[in-house]
Parts: sequence; structure tokens; C-alpha cells
Amino acid sequence: MTAQLERTLETVRQTLEGGKSYRIWLICLAALIVVGLVAYFRQLHVGLITTAMRDQVSWGFYISNFIFLVGVAAAAVLLVVPAYLYDFKPIKEIVLFGEIAAIVAVAMCILFITVDMGQPLRFWHLLPLVGKMNFPASLLIWDVIALTGYLVINLVLVGYALRRYASGQEYRLSMMLPLILISIPWAVSIHTVTAFIFNGLSSRPFWNASILAPRFLASAFCSGPAIMIILFEIMRKYAGLKIEERALSKIAELVAYTIGINLFLLGAEIFKEFYSGSIHLTPLQYLYFGLDGHFRLVPLAWLALVFNILAFVIFLAPDLRRKALTRNIGAVLIIVGVYIEKGMGLVVPGFIPDTLGEIYQYWPSWSEVIITVGIWATGALLYTVMAKFALAALPNAVRAHDR
Amino acid sequence: MSRRDLPSPRPIEVGRRTFLKGAALGVAAAALPLTAANASLWSSFFQSHFAEMDEDERRQVIARLESDARKRYGADIQISATKAMPNVRFGYALDLSRCIGCRRCVYACAGENNPSRNPQIHWISVLRVKKGEKWVDLQGTEKYYDPQTVPEPDYFYIPVQCQQCDNPPCVKVCPTKATWKEPDGIVVVDYDWCIGCRYCMAACPYGARRFNWSEPSISPKEINVQTHYLGNRPRHKGVVEKCTLCIQRTREGRYPACVEVCPAGARKFGNLLDEKSEIRHILERKRVFRLKEDLNTVPRFFYFFAS
Repeated sequence: MTAQLERTLETVRQTLEGGKSYRIWLICLAALIVVGLVAYFRQLHVGLITTAMRDQVSWGFYISNFIFLVGVAAAAVLLVVPAYLYDFKPIKEIVLFGEIAAIVAVAMCILFITVDMGQPLRFWHLLPLVGKMNFPASLLIWDVIALTGYLVINLVLVGYALRRYASGQEYRLSMMLPLILISIPWAVSIHTVTAFIFNGLSSRPFWNASILAPRFLASAFCSGPAIMIILFEIMRKYAGLKIEERALSKIAELVAYTIGINLFLLGAEIFKEFYSGSIHLTPLQYLYFGLDGHFRLVPLAWLALVFNILAFVIFLAPDLRRKALTRNIGAVLIIVGVYIEKGMGLVVPGFIPDTLGEIYQYWPSWSEVIITVGIWATGALLYTVMAKFALAALPNAVRAHDR
Repeated sequence: MSRRDLPSPRPIEVGRRTFLKGAALGVAAAALPLTAANASLWSSFFQSHFAEMDEDERRQVIARLESDARKRYGADIQISATKAMPNVRFGYALDLSRCIGCRRCVYACAGENNPSRNPQIHWISVLRVKKGEKWVDLQGTEKYYDPQTVPEPDYFYIPVQCQQCDNPPCVKVCPTKATWKEPDGIVVVDYDWCIGCRYCMAACPYGARRFNWSEPSISPKEINVQTHYLGNRPRHKGVVEKCTLCIQRTREGRYPACVEVCPAGARKFGNLLDEKSEIRHILERKRVFRLKEDLNTVPRFFYFFAS
């Protein structure tokens, strides 16, 4: 027992320890978080008028980041699937780090929703028994349930595995497997429900298209694994994580297929809207070509499209996805591409023109950007600490007891 | 004298709901200030949903809200909670052939309903449409027209406010049931239950809902002191508001402010269940349509052409 405790304390010590660059990294993140907090308390005090959102465009940068991160949370865990399919050896680490990414992404989602709320102290109105949940009518309640459940599943999984590791023991895959298996359809559900929040609104033709949920999933399977590729590379380089090259290029191959599907679905949507050319074309027109002299999102939309296509080429060509450099470039391209496409590119055109035909060109305010950066820094800090703890806890060679 | 002989005080009933609320929120509550001066902050944090209050609780809450509002505006603000009258379903009709686009309704509404003056909130939007141009889905209309005089020969006008849908998408999407349809058909908001997520604003096809992006400001001179809990009582930042058909007036048998002020007589209001009402007369005899009927929101707000 004491030996286990000592092992745990040693792991904690290793988590906090690090080189000079590690400490600088932590200090930078902490500084960004503090600045973000200051901006948030100002927003709380003055009201959401510190944002650029108005009645015409009533959701903006916060909700854009929320959508992107739900996708990341979903896809990070789904790495489990190819991990099983391709049956490569360091499967446990992949699962663990994917789950840590999912936990961090969901935590960031909750933060983005919180900063978007006009009355965040009334969060308890959303809770069962004490609050007044509009279930099953409101998809927002579905999302609260889906995200909370997902967070709990992954916390339990990671908590169990790390507790075992930190006390110097192996975890038993048989204990994890049922939860891992539940987490796969659950991951699909969080992103589907998030898509349905928008999809179900007949008032907004841009979102009210059946292709929305499939597009959400397809794009999430582009950006989520790409983020994991980058995280694995970083952990391989700076933290000595052993990851087979083969594993990373397999993930890259998977991303190639999902980008292909995502581009196909986008093409299907573009064809339908532009060929039929009904009045409901206007949001897409605003996004790609501008509307009545308003072009605010046009450069971003094309940047995203070009990045997505470039990433597709890189991941499709076996030589390019096997080389670390080109693979990493491809991963960054697709992350940025999806961040635009499933962020601002999805939320803002839904409101343009608004339901009374007005065009209000939304662009995030400095306050919104600073708060957003603060939340990303919080996520980075959470991931750094959790991943560092996991790396410190992991035995040098992982052996499965039962498999 | 044994304990049993003492006159028993009114038993304190702790319902399951109240107990759970207390238990679950204990942690959150600990973060709030504890001084007596902040007692009202406490009770406002724990304030129940309007529909969950019994008569006693409602009276207490209204007394506290009135005293807060009086302190804030230095005016003798009264908050009523008049219920819907039986056998009443309100309906509204607007004669597009008469509207001259003067926006008197917009300002009468603001004078009546205590929306923020800075930033400026209006519950009615008057859209200007060029004659002969397309205005389907209201695209191509202009909200900020500003001519010397109205009406302008080349244009007509469509005032839009909450359409009091029978099948309201805003109510469907609200995660906390902070907005709902009353028995007389008015869609209302409990400003103290709304969490400010703005899902209802995304769902409304008529741009009828307004958000308090900052603390509303109204000069005490301009405050209307006759208010309703579900209508024109003072609001705070971070919550959604909208037209309530002047619930504080119409439940007392008066016309909404916009109907009263319209110099052209374009605005008609009445009880849809009353066969002899003017509104029924219009629905049965005029050429009536509703905005965005394809969305099946079933508005109780009708547009018509009398001439």
C-alpha cells in the first residue's frame, strides 16, 4: 500500500516537473487564462454587449468554437475504432490519450456555453429535479444530457486507468471494454445532437437541410484525428511517447477518406442550393460570394475550401502521408479548414440575412477573441497536465493482462 | 406545560422539490454574499419559475421585485399577475392597405412596455417594401428607412412583431421552459427564469425576440409604472424579451398600445372566440394571410387587405 502511495506521489511529482520550456509553456498558458478571466468578468459586469453579437446575429464566435470542439470530442475517442481495426500494439495509450482529449474538449465546450449565456448563474434551471428541463422538446437539453454523459464516461475511463497506472498497476482491458464500447455510439450521438440543435430550426434554411448532421460527423472525423496526429507528434517529440510511425500514417489514411466524404457532402449541398437557386440560397451566397456588397466571410470560406482540398491531396498520396513533415502540414491545414467550416462558416451564415431580410455583418469583438483564447489556453493547460500525468504514470512497456 | 400543549406554529413544509433545490444548490449558494443587505440577492437566485409558485410565494416575490424596481427607477412600479380570462383567445389583424409606415406603433410600444432606451430595444419592426419588387421571405425589405414624410409613393409597409404563434418554435426550443403560451394565446417569458441562451431567437422566424445585451436603461420619467409580471415589468441584462400583446392592458380589457395609437386604423385586435368580434369579422370577410405560413407556426397575427 505504501509502495503504491509512493508510486502515486512520484507520478504527481513528475507531472509538475519539467524543463525550462515546459515551465515557460505553463506560465504563458496561465497568463492567457488570467487575461481571459479579466475579459470575462468585464463581460459579466457589462453584459454581452462586449461581444459583436446582436439581435440579428445572436450566436457567434463562442458557439462556433463550441461546435468545433464537440466534433473534436467525438472524433478523438473514435480513434479507438481504427485502433481496434488495425490492431496495432500500443492500443492502450491511443485510447487513453484520445479519451483525455475528449475530456478536455467537452470541458471547453461547457466553458464556451457558459460564456455565451446571458445569465450563467441560472445554470441550475437546466438541471433535473431542481430546474425545469424542457425534455424532450428542446434539443439543447438533449445536448446537455449527451455531453454530460460523455464527460462522465470518459472521466471514469481515464480516472480508472490512471489510478491503476499511478499506483504501479496495469489496468484491466476487460473492465474498460464495456465503457469503451458505449463511448463509441455515444461519441456519434453528441455530434449528431449538436447538429440537430441547428438542423431543427425551420426559421433558418441554411441549417434546415438534412445533410447537416452527416456533414457534422464527416468534418469531425477530419479535424479530430488530425488534432490527435499533432498531439501524438508533440508527445513523441517532447515527452518520449512511443508511437509507431505506421499508426500515424494509418490515422492519416482514415482522414483522407473522411475529407473525401466531407468534400462530397459539401459539393452535394452546393449543387442543390445553386442549381435550384431558390431564395434559400442567400446564406451560401453570402458565405462564398458575398451578398449585396457584403463580403466579410468570403475570404475565410475560400481559405477553408482550399485548405481542405490541399489536405485531401496530402492525405490521399501514400508518400505524402507517410512523411512526418507533409503529414503534419496536412493535419494543420485540415484542422484550420474545419475550424472555419464548422465554426464561423456554419453559425454566422445561418443568421445572414436574418429572418426579416436584414444583413448584419458579424465579426467577433476583441473581448470575444480574448475570452476564446483564454478558454483554449485552459484546454491546453488541462491537456498538458493530464497527458503529462498519464505519461509519467505509464510503465515503459505496456503489457495487457487479458486480451 | 408539556411541549405538546404549546400552540403549534404553522408547520414548515419542505417539499421534495424545495429540499432537493436546497441540497443541490448548497455549494453554488455558498459562493453568494451572505449579508442581510444581500438577502434579496439570495431570494432572487433561488426564485422559482413563475408557474411553480403558489399564491403566497407569488405575493412575496412580487413584493420584492416591486421594491427592487422602485429603488432602481425611483418610480412607484406596480407588478400585477392578472391571469388569462376564460374563453378568450387573442387575435390580431393588420391592414396592409392602410399602414402608412409612420412607426407611431413602434414608439407607443416602447413607451408602454419599458424596453431599454439605450441600447434601444423595439418590439415592432416596420419593414418598407418597394412596390413591384419581390419580398418573399421578407428578403429585400428595409427596416431603417428614413424619409422626410410617409407614406412614400413607391413603397408599402409591413409592421412585424411577435406573431403569437399557436405552434411557437421559440417555446419548443427553450431548454428551461422559460417561455410558454398562456391560455389566452399570448406567448410570454419569465425574465427571472430565462438563462439567456438565445436559442429562441435562432428559432423565431419573425425576428420578434430581443435580447438585453447590456443592462437596460430607461429614465425614471419614461417608466410605465403599471406593469405585468409576464409583460412590461423592468428587465435585467442577459434575458430575452418580446411583444406580449400588452398583457398588462389586454387582460384588463384594454387595447394594446399599438392598436390605440395607429393613426390609420390599420391595427385590429380582439377575441377570436367571440363570434361578434371585429377580429372574427375580418377573418371571415377579408383577404387574410399570415407571414411564412409554410413553416406551420400558425400565427394568431393576421395580415389583410381591406381595400
